[in-house]
Amino acid sequence: MTMFLIMAFEFFKTSLFAVGGGLATIPFLFDIASRYTWLDAKMLPNMIAISESTPGPIGVNMATYVGYSAGSVYGILFGIIGGIITTLSLVLPSLIVIIFVSKVLEKFKENRFVQDAFYGIRPSVTALILIAGVTVMKNAFLLSGGAINYKALVLFVFLYVFRIVFKKLHPIVMILIAALIGVIFNF
Amino acid sequence: MKELINLFWAFFKIGAFTFGGGYAMLPMLQKEVVEKNKWATNDELLDYFAIGQCTPGVIAVNTATFIGYKFKKIRGAIFATLGVICPSIIIIIAIASVLSNFASIPQVQSAFNAISVAVVVLILDAVIKMFKSSVKDLFGLIISVFVFILLLLFNISPVVIVVSAALVGIIKKSIGRKNRI
Repeated sequence: MTMFLIMAFEFFKTSLFAVGGGLATIPFLFDIASRYTWLDAKMLPNMIAISESTPGPIGVNMATYVGYSAGSVYGILFGIIGGIITTLSLVLPSLIVIIFVSKVLEKFKENRFVQDAFYGIRPSVTALILIAGVTVMKNAFLLSGGAINYKALVLFVFLYVFRIVFKKLHPIVMILIAALIGVIFNF
Repeated sequence: MKELINLFWAFFKIGAFTFGGGYAMLPMLQKEVVEKNKWATNDELLDYFAIGQCTPGVIAVNTATFIGYKFKKIRGAIFATLGVICPSIIIIIAIASVLSNFASIPQVQSAFNAISVAVVVLILDAVIKMFKSSVKDLFGLIISVFVFILLLLFNISPVVIVVSAALVGIIKKSIGRKNRI
């Protein structure tokens, strides 16, 4: 029981201090592992790998994973409870902070300085997102040795043309088609 | 109540099909939030991303909370947030309890390698749409290109980028006003 309380507190704290998204929580997880026995630092790399390769925000995935593995020592049911507790603790600070920010934003939306600030911010965030795309691109198109993955390039061209032709297609369909192609052609 | 369930379900789908975290959810957000349900505009999405980047917590969760709150206040924020985390809880617990070697299964690796290509396509497509709505003049274009090159060359914290861009925006606009007077 105390373990669950400590877990809740630790993940609440992690979320409150990890600015910049899911990957920013990783150093906090290593710190937790160094202080408690319910998280083994040796398991973290595997947890990170799985959290990155499964759908969902990476930070949330890792919180669930750590909570589950710590609780499951006492049985699957406790594992599930642990996973839910850590995940809820991780999102609680976001919920509180963002609701507060939303209220402030509502009040100052028409303010000249706020509008001017967003005038500068929007184009810069577009660039930030494009950079995220470039990072995914590197991982997708370069093989581990640095050679170009031509198979991936061909798939890219195919999917891009597909996207242009079927503009209204839901992103989910694109992802499912890609997954299917990946399995069939051994990517 | 029906609207809250819609909100939950939209974000459940977004959580279940976001591969690669944070910004990779943009194409899903555009489809579900901007195009289908019209809960927010492209510009608002960018604002939420920018703020979510500078406030604590996971960006995907921050964005979900923002949109939920905008649509249905505190209850909306809670439903959207629960929606985006539910798939993670289900999928991760399933994998951790049954398939702890999930990441090393060859078919899974093949599927994910191909999915990452699809994510590139979807992000590029989303950025082009964003670009059209966010870059309204030459000044916006300069900021966008400048930040892009800066980030290609140096590893700068997004918080620094967002805060400086805000200042540049304020300075540019106030100079513009002075010149008019």
